[in-house]
Amino acid sequence: MALGRAMGWRRSLDSGDLSSESLVRAAFDRIRALDGTLHAILATDEARSLDLARKADARLRAGERSPVLGLPIVLKDNLHWSGLPMTCGSRVLDGYVAPYDATVVGRLLEAGAIPIAKANLDEFAMGSSGEYSAFGPARNPWDPTRVPGGSSSGSVVAVAAGYAPLALGSDTGGSVRLPASFCNVTALRPTYGVLSRYGLTAMASSLDQVGPIAATAADLALAFGVMAGADPLDSTSVDLPGTERLADLQPLDLEGLRIGLPEEYFTDGLEPGVRELLDAALRVFEGRGARRVPVSLPHTRYAIDTYYLLCTSEVSSNLSRFDGVRYGLRVPSSDGGLPEMMARTRDAGLGDEVKRRILLGTFCLSKGYYDAFYLKALKARTLIAEDFRAAFAQADILASPVSPGTAFPFGAKTADPMSMYLADVFTVPTALAGLPCLSMPAGFTGGLPVGIQLIGPALSDVRLLEAAHAFQSLTRHHLETPTLSA
Amino acid sequence: MDVTREDVLRCATLAHLSLCEDEVEPMRLAMAQMLTHAASLDELLLDGVEPMPAGLGRPLPRREDEPRDAFTQAQALANAPDQDRGLFVVPKVL
Repeated sequence: MALGRAMGWRRSLDSGDLSSESLVRAAFDRIRALDGTLHAILATDEARSLDLARKADARLRAGERSPVLGLPIVLKDNLHWSGLPMTCGSRVLDGYVAPYDATVVGRLLEAGAIPIAKANLDEFAMGSSGEYSAFGPARNPWDPTRVPGGSSSGSVVAVAAGYAPLALGSDTGGSVRLPASFCNVTALRPTYGVLSRYGLTAMASSLDQVGPIAATAADLALAFGVMAGADPLDSTSVDLPGTERLADLQPLDLEGLRIGLPEEYFTDGLEPGVRELLDAALRVFEGRGARRVPVSLPHTRYAIDTYYLLCTSEVSSNLSRFDGVRYGLRVPSSDGGLPEMMARTRDAGLGDEVKRRILLGTFCLSKGYYDAFYLKALKARTLIAEDFRAAFAQADILASPVSPGTAFPFGAKTADPMSMYLADVFTVPTALAGLPCLSMPAGFTGGLPVGIQLIGPALSDVRLLEAAHAFQSLTRHHLETPTLSA
Repeated sequence: MDVTREDVLRCATLAHLSLCEDEVEPMRLAMAQMLTHAASLDELLLDGVEPMPAGLGRPLPRREDEPRDAFTQAQALANAPDQDRGLFVVPKVL
């Protein structure tokens, strides 16, 4: 049984027609049947999940109600869930067991959600395809010869393949939106700070955000609502206005909505099929009274360079903690020295893409290059953020492609890291600006799903989800599911 | 931009990475490619532009430096590759 829609299960749990325990058992049956092929899951603790489900059933029988009470959820394996191994898709965390819960995980547990699995990912969330996991890639359920997108590959595949109706990923430069587009699900990157990063393994701290994933915006809102808000353990976290509207999301009235189309996003590199589906989606919005307005984001062409200079600089700092001293892998040194032990551990435990980013970031931050690269990129980031502020003077939301194309075959971009980075061209500008944005299904081209991106001003996350809900109330793309057999 | 083999090895030392010989040249090429691409930022007029180090451009808040509950010693050591009498054991430093 595929566990597709959270809202349907929510009603069945509340009415008593279904128990959380039976839902969780169905989730594990689904994982056992399909994950040999799809490889979305890295770890489970079935007994613990079933125990949590039975406790949720007791709370339901006692009359308690919460948006996620009794619903299974999959967690990206860079989020701490106490007592389970956490690998971040890397061998350098060999043997590491999470000693605490991430704040978002703790809030979900308190509200009665049932974590069922830790999901595969690009190593330390560095990748756009899912191919950089040290444990082998997850596969796209629409075509297992193609990538699912990354870095939240396993989380998205888990929802697309019906393992669970909800999942958490993380998005540093597009890591929930790209796979959502490639696998026909809905994923939100919230405004920077709306979801606490405490317990999310840091990759690039000024960019990292936890991102909820589900079949639809209304489903995703169930989990988002119980997690959102300031956390004393994350000094960058903030409260979000309007969270009371998330438990029962209503479609936005589209009459008069100004949808900005950034002219710089419609380049020759955009596949015609993607462009056509975006245009068709815009006609759906227009049919309910929205109108298109042209906007310009003139510094878009500098976004990839800005992003990768900043991201790699932060990576080089954040990943210095994986050194074999306090946790994870340790490779002994040959002469007993500490520096050699650290270097051998890191060389053996970290993959090529992680090393590439660490080296590039170290270079950018090193004496003589800091001003030329890192500081310059910080200033370019200001210009990119100002572009968005100007655009939102003319438009209420922006619409764009998520990716220039559809899911590509395994190996198509791994030989050329720069071509992989360029796949993020439509997702990194919003990450740099800290803005809320989501990917939602818009149809198929060549038999493969295509997502479109909606972008809102800071802290407009709820309204953005309401706009997506309005679109999904008028379309059926999000209801399409892949044909899968055990 | 030119990136030399020495640049790669210098960064590897700074980053505590002992690269294998066959890793050095591919890393050099990738760094050179990315930094050459990043030269696009030289086109921008950035005089007087404030840097944006944090998401949303807000200054990072500070909290009081007060003691608060944290891990116990046992919790902190639970994942240690090697430990002895409540301490992390590491190879000799000097």
